[in-house]
Amino acid sequence: MQTTVIEVKDFRKAYGAFVAVDGISFEVKEGEIFGLLGPNGAGKTSTLECLEGLRAPNGGRLRVAGLDPASEARKLRDLIGVQLQSAGLPESITPDEAMKFFCAYHKVVPRFDLLERLSLAEKRNSQFFELSAGQQRRLVLALAIPHNPRVLFLDEPTAGLDVATRVELHGMMRELQARGTTIILATHDMAEAEQMTDRVAILLQSRIVKIGTPMQITATGADQTKISVRTQGESLAGASFPAVSQQTCKDEYSIYFSSDIGPTLSAIITHIQAQGDTLIDLRVERPSLEDRFLEITGKGGVQ
Amino acid sequence: MNAFMHHFAFEFRMGIRNKQLLLMNYLFPLGFYLMMGFIMAEINPPFRETIVPAMVVFSILAATLLGIPDPLVNARENGIFRSYKINGVPSISILVIPALTTILHLVIVAVIITASAHWMFAAPLPVNWLNYVLIFFATAFACAGLSVLIGVVSPSSRMTVLWSQLVFVPSMLLGGLMLPYSMLPGVAGKFAQLFTATHAMNAFNGLAMGKVADFSPWGSVILLLASGLLAFELAVYLFSWDSRNTTRRGSPLLALLVLLPYVLGVFLLK
Repeated sequence: MQTTVIEVKDFRKAYGAFVAVDGISFEVKEGEIFGLLGPNGAGKTSTLECLEGLRAPNGGRLRVAGLDPASEARKLRDLIGVQLQSAGLPESITPDEAMKFFCAYHKVVPRFDLLERLSLAEKRNSQFFELSAGQQRRLVLALAIPHNPRVLFLDEPTAGLDVATRVELHGMMRELQARGTTIILATHDMAEAEQMTDRVAILLQSRIVKIGTPMQITATGADQTKISVRTQGESLAGASFPAVSQQTCKDEYSIYFSSDIGPTLSAIITHIQAQGDTLIDLRVERPSLEDRFLEITGKGGVQ
Repeated sequence: MNAFMHHFAFEFRMGIRNKQLLLMNYLFPLGFYLMMGFIMAEINPPFRETIVPAMVVFSILAATLLGIPDPLVNARENGIFRSYKINGVPSISILVIPALTTILHLVIVAVIITASAHWMFAAPLPVNWLNYVLIFFATAFACAGLSVLIGVVSPSSRMTVLWSQLVFVPSMLLGGLMLPYSMLPGVAGKFAQLFTATHAMNAFNGLAMGKVADFSPWGSVILLLASGLLAFELAVYLFSWDSRNTTRRGSPLLALLVLLPYVLGVFLLK
């Protein structure tokens, strides 16, 4: 059985009269990539900051690697790595200096290989303000992991990165996961969350409105499955199929939105065969996490 | 120790690499020194008598009051302190290291001024070098502490400039740098004793330059050290990792306690 590395129970955080997080609970297992999703102001950053020991909660129980982040923040430092949303580095510091500086405080040997891995080798002696936004984010990530943290907090890690660097970064996250690192990923990028996370929690108006694997979350939506079919002939013209609520044509494809994929798909294939037509392409697209997220947040979280 | 040295080395380099800090640490003090040496010493020859301590005190005021607080405020507002906290950088290092590196820059500037003033402007050199060095460090310590405290309690860069100028401008005008303390009217003289520069010049004159002090020079040294110590203690106490911190340990108004040694000095120093 996997160990619980992060435990959040009835956690509450308020700033004066404003309640940022209102009694949320979840657990994250060792080696899991757990996504925190939600619109701006939903409470993601407050949750992360309390888990990282940057702020004290107003109620509930938080444990990270068995430690209370509020009272045992010092012990927690060497067990967690954090990539903050803001750059968090002096503008005059160079990647080399930053690596030496943070590694010295973590009492580990500087990991210059991480700079090379994240394509910063040529910029090792450039000042932080001279780096592009993507390079700055890569540097901040490189500085979060040289001490092999048990838990890694990533806040919008791929915002502003080009495709190649995103792929590299995702590969690195997978490697860290394979080594047993637990990753908490706060992101607005639904495709990234769907691709990278094992489970996600969707926060809305200070509460968790949905939690589960991306597959579980997308499966429970009211959205319909999209079926795109392309045939050699025109057998599909004017045909109607069961459970289809809407149909359209685009780029030689007949597109159907079905609320019950089994009967619809079966009927389409039977129809094509019966008409003596040839199937060229068939695509079935379940609602994405983004569709589901928009559905949930659009409803104000009412399930 | 390794971490401290890395931090110190980086901050020291930043004092040269960062254009604003380079200006405050070197260009402004040395430029002003040359200008005063070439112009003021010609139109007001007695100024030569105090050019060394006056320009050293000016350098200290510029590098500390104008150089230290703003980077601290910017670092806090830009989340740099949060990043430091997460990575285990102690708050004491965040506050003390910029002060120490600034003092090291000031040592270089003070050496340049002291070494060049005699042959460039025929300025008298200190007669007691040990006291000269002691007073330099006491003044730098007091000003650095005050500057760090301003950086800790200022909510924004704009307020930082205001607080810094509130100390810097009267220090320049009344601190004995431009005109002797003895020329000030009674009330202005008492008011001037609230500033670090006044006590620094008094101590330099009485203990290092072989002149007559206007009031107890050792009293001034003690006040400088006490106010520096108090300022650093207040800065550590009031330090906040970020501006959204709702659990700050005390009101920023407590920073005004830093004036306490000088207020006592007004009544006690003869």
